[in-house]
Amino acid sequence: MATTLEYPAALPQLSNDEIGRYSRHLLLPEVGMEGQQKLKAAKVLCVGTGGLGSPLALYLAAAGVGKLGLVDFDTVDSSNLQRQIIHSTADVGRPKIDSAAEKLEALNPHMRIVKHETMLTSANALEIIRDYDIVADGTDNFPTRYLVNDACVITGKPNAYGSIFRFEGQASVFATKEGPCYRCLYPEPPPPGLVPSCAEGGVLGILPGLVGVIQATEVIKLILGKGEPLIGRLLLVDSLNMHFRELKLRKNPDCPVCGKNPTVTKLIDYEQFCGITPQAAPAQIQNGISQISPIELKRRLDAGEDIFVLDVREPHEYQIANLSAKLIPLGDLPARVNELDSSREIVVHCKSGGRSQKAAEFLAQSGFKKLHNLAGGINAWSTEVDPRVAKY
Amino acid sequence: MKIHIPTPLRVYTDKQDTVGVEASTVGQALDALTAKHPDLKKHLYSEEGKLRSFVNVYLNDEDIRYLPEKEATKVNGNDALSIIPSIAGGCCRTAHASSAPS
Repeated sequence: MATTLEYPAALPQLSNDEIGRYSRHLLLPEVGMEGQQKLKAAKVLCVGTGGLGSPLALYLAAAGVGKLGLVDFDTVDSSNLQRQIIHSTADVGRPKIDSAAEKLEALNPHMRIVKHETMLTSANALEIIRDYDIVADGTDNFPTRYLVNDACVITGKPNAYGSIFRFEGQASVFATKEGPCYRCLYPEPPPPGLVPSCAEGGVLGILPGLVGVIQATEVIKLILGKGEPLIGRLLLVDSLNMHFRELKLRKNPDCPVCGKNPTVTKLIDYEQFCGITPQAAPAQIQNGISQISPIELKRRLDAGEDIFVLDVREPHEYQIANLSAKLIPLGDLPARVNELDSSREIVVHCKSGGRSQKAAEFLAQSGFKKLHNLAGGINAWSTEVDPRVAKY
Repeated sequence: MKIHIPTPLRVYTDKQDTVGVEASTVGQALDALTAKHPDLKKHLYSEEGKLRSFVNVYLNDEDIRYLPEKEATKVNGNDALSIIPSIAGGCCRTAHASSAPS
């Protein structure tokens, strides 16, 4: 059963210009004039204008959604352009929200774009979301996903959900009255660091394109009140093998947010909920492991100190750029720890410092005493010591 | 029967995306999986031995939490278990990273 949104008593009229523009929609019985007017009356909030947000916002603009809110506080980086197709090379260094708004306005001048150049937080989420009918979550981290979910349930706005990892994606529609919310599926977030970020794990560029357009499709169906939305269904996308599967999602009657007796009726501290402690300044020692900066490492190597550098990345990363260090991928380290001499001073590095920190902690537990983690990894080495080393 | 392993956990199953096990219930299948790949255990189970709630286990297309017999549900060779972890299109950003990957 399709979910119907509430509409103003009089739907907005379409000009002849708009009728010409949306002709291919008007020709579909499932859309027609009334459907297109509903799209024009609709207000959708896109949280994030990155990988998922790019195709999502573009297709909603193309479809004629009347008011599109954008939430993003980030700037365009060249590594975004492999998948964040709303931005271009000329936008590198600009705020993503400005870059996105410009392209959307150029695509469809009949719609209204509202920029929320801020991070979505417990302090502002309810106020921002209340102005919209539907939220499309294109964020990239667990605390914000839980925040968006809870805010949607509390304000009664459906949440068109999409998420990606490497070549797999998920899509669903959460937070409708009868359907489940994100917490019904995942009551508990994973511990920080279990699932690598796109920056460390990589992501197939097309993947957020696939999933983002699925999210846009769901938003449009909810507005039109046609078809079967992904309420109570989790769509799994495996782009590598091109398999699509569907799993049943149930509303949890004991869900703390959307259940019969909710215990979460206000927004909470989501970073704390996800186990993330804020870091004030980079610490010299983290979890018992000494942190060494690239400049300091370079100084000590140039001074002829006897330091053994260990690289714990994958072979394909070594081929992109390396410091001529010994390579033992993190996953192989337990089996190959005997190749290392625990009497030597060892600096462990990876791409940006996360995996090497884990490797160093493992070595410390295995009895190694003279260990350092290269803070910021080979990327920081490239920035601070030798720009000839490629960044990826 | 087959157990589908999601990408984030394949590092603990020698990169395999499917593991075959012999079992007659869901619980036995998961035990066989963690016996074959012990590193998987702490990611699937808490210290008290309960399945972690950011990991969902599906028998075919049904969440086992909602099956009447849950982990005691009988399975046969044609059934498949899927482990569905939460993914965020990126993850908890480390505090010093400035760009928002997605």
